[in-house]
Amino acid sequence: MSEDAGEHITAIETPVYLKYNFTAGQATTRFLQQVRQGKLVGQRRPECDCGNVYVPARGSCAACGLPTTEEVELGDKATVQSFTIVWIPIPNNPIQPPYIVANLVPDGANISFIHLMSECDNDSVHIGQRVEAVWKPEEEWDYAMDNIRYFRPLDEPDVPIEMIGKVPLAGWEGEA
Amino acid sequence: MKDIAVVSFAQSDCRRDAGACNEVELIMPVIEQALQEVGLRNSQDVDFTCSGSCDYQQGAAFAFVMGVDALGAVPPIKESHVEMDAAWALYESMLKITMGQAESALIYGFGKSSPGELPTVLSQQLDPYYLAPLWVDSVSLAALQARVLLDRGIISEQDMAAVVSRSRANAKANNPHAQLAGDVSVEELLAEAEWVAPLRKHDCCPISDGASAMVIATVERARSWGRPFAVIKGIDHRMESHNIGARDLARSASTELAAEKAGVANGAVEVAELYAPFSHQEIILSRALGLDDSTEINPSGGVLAGNLMMASGLSRIGEVARHIMNGDIRRGVAHATSGPCLQHNLVAVLEAA
Repeated sequence: MSEDAGEHITAIETPVYLKYNFTAGQATTRFLQQVRQGKLVGQRRPECDCGNVYVPARGSCAACGLPTTEEVELGDKATVQSFTIVWIPIPNNPIQPPYIVANLVPDGANISFIHLMSECDNDSVHIGQRVEAVWKPEEEWDYAMDNIRYFRPLDEPDVPIEMIGKVPLAGWEGEA
Repeated sequence: MKDIAVVSFAQSDCRRDAGACNEVELIMPVIEQALQEVGLRNSQDVDFTCSGSCDYQQGAAFAFVMGVDALGAVPPIKESHVEMDAAWALYESMLKITMGQAESALIYGFGKSSPGELPTVLSQQLDPYYLAPLWVDSVSLAALQARVLLDRGIISEQDMAAVVSRSRANAKANNPHAQLAGDVSVEELLAEAEWVAPLRKHDCCPISDGASAMVIATVERARSWGRPFAVIKGIDHRMESHNIGARDLARSASTELAAEKAGVANGAVEVAELYAPFSHQEIILSRALGLDDSTEINPSGGVLAGNLMMASGLSRIGEVARHIMNGDIRRGVAHATSGPCLQHNLVAVLEAA
């Protein structure tokens, strides 16, 4: 390119804005209606051999590919399946680092969801740790997972790794 | 290429708004139906699964991954996805079978267009430097194309209205899944106001939510299932420039070439299902395919009766296959398109086994 061809253009800006009306889905709607009432409710397909209880359910038993038709009430207690300590500030996120994001399996469910942990010593959080939900005051409940502020540690024995995702609603009483 | 058998096909209703259904809930019923017709349980019973969808439609990132929840993918399966109409997922599956890596495949396509503004969303598939920043929508581009045809005297407004009138009537007679169906005359259609001139609203396909699914296999495997099937004798797809100005919009050169390579002219075409989202495009396509009055075009009503973006191409092939499986016809042609003004076209020739 000759010198008088002007400025060398290396990039152009073309912002994209698209508007959508998002819908959660029928199964997720059922879940959110329960969360609005302060309950964590999973779903399963009773006919499935796998017996998996999903939370939040997306509409199918992912193992079998068929609809989850039955609601399964879950407890407020859960087990840490995995976790990370977030050290970087995320734009528009009011939570100050460092904080814990964890994969949690509620008692009675077989699949984890992601939530926050707090009221804990970050350095002592570990896989298999028992935690419980800390809900917002009832008047603040909405159709949202942040009705639960975070999960905090429980003074209960750890769940062995092979048992994570298999703890019944009755809870974890330690190794038999 | 070896013949590939189309063994089953299922499609949902075309609905303007599937409301609370998410992707998984749209997909599950058609997959279940397509598999059950063959006596299969879930995707574990086929060798390969491939889907077609576009996350821009519902504005949900990785929506196609959510779709896997409808498959029964435990233990893990061999799976792939095209960010295209599922007709191209069929093409990928055929390659997989032809390479000897699979003997059977499940293909599905789904689209939930209602959450966004589809013509605007489709502007973002244009070239990112010159056209996409202008937000040229799909209806406006089709209107430019129709204008070319009308001004050159290649078609008339009556011709366009006749396509719509026949689509509505065929949908009423033959297509329980249609969104738009009924008896409406050319005169009534022409009395309506122009919308994006020279297009009237009825010249444009509706916006629809839904899904379709298909099971294909080697002919040997299809025989072992003991059900009627159709065979794909030829398939080809060709694409034209993304530069609209560099194309002759009055014809579809890519369809002509794909038709030649797929062998459309090697026999009588009893039925053709053409993916023509705009009325004038059906005329362009039937000419590009060399069809005449001896071919019944779009007995389903085509996509003017309901357009499941990312599934309608697969449905065109499924519709022709169903005519053959039912024993109504022995040979037909199916067409799928993608991109503005028929930019990318796939042609498949199907015959009785």
